[in-house]
Amino acid sequence: MSGAAARPASERDPGLQPERTRLAWRRTTLSSTAAAILAMKTTLHGGVSAPGIVVCALCCALWLAFLLIAHHRIRTLSATSSPTALTPRHATAGALLTVGLAVCAAALVF
Amino acid sequence: MIGFARTVRLWFDPREIRQEGVTPDYRFSLANERTFLAWLRTALALIGGGFAVDQFLPGLRWGWRVGLALALLAAGVVCSLRAVNHWVRCERAMRRGEDLPVSRFPALLSLAVAVVAVAMVVVVLVGWEG
Repeated sequence: MSGAAARPASERDPGLQPERTRLAWRRTTLSSTAAAILAMKTTLHGGVSAPGIVVCALCCALWLAFLLIAHHRIRTLSATSSPTALTPRHATAGALLTVGLAVCAAALVF
Repeated sequence: MIGFARTVRLWFDPREIRQEGVTPDYRFSLANERTFLAWLRTALALIGGGFAVDQFLPGLRWGWRVGLALALLAAGVVCSLRAVNHWVRCERAMRRGEDLPVSRFPALLSLAVAVVAVAMVVVVLVGWEG
């Protein structure tokens, strides 16, 4: 566990930690895609209304924002063999986007 | 309450957390990040469950259906906020070399999910015609 900083930059982490973290971001993006698709299904179910379309568009925007965050983080993770930690801003943004999706969902369900 | 406000400030400010302690091995930070993402996925699954209750139980009375859906959505909100809070606390503990924070949230969440599941079974069995 010692000497992570001393490793040469080209050496691969035998535990594949950056790769696993990258795949975890991919899985999370997939989950948010599923949630966004369910939001679309709820909107289109039984009569389309203007407020419903607006909330659905908001859901798609939130999903897109999450995709961008994940993409940015995945690029950071693949850039070096010992990447820097996630910044609190990114983590908070990811969590708040999830909260936003839940709020949109409540509006759609009501 | 002051402690809570301070933690919320840490959610947004990357410099403040970097001033404390020493940077841990990057692998520990990545493991913490994956745990955070797993909680975020749990939150997204709860939100998806909220949609599913609304969509796939159309025979239920409006009140029950919306109540169950809102309960699942609220659990999703709490889960994602708690995910980022726990991530910040773990990151800070690792920098300071302290023990990782313990939490009763997993137990509470599993109890809540169990209660919602039992309620769903009862509602589907009893209130099918309603």
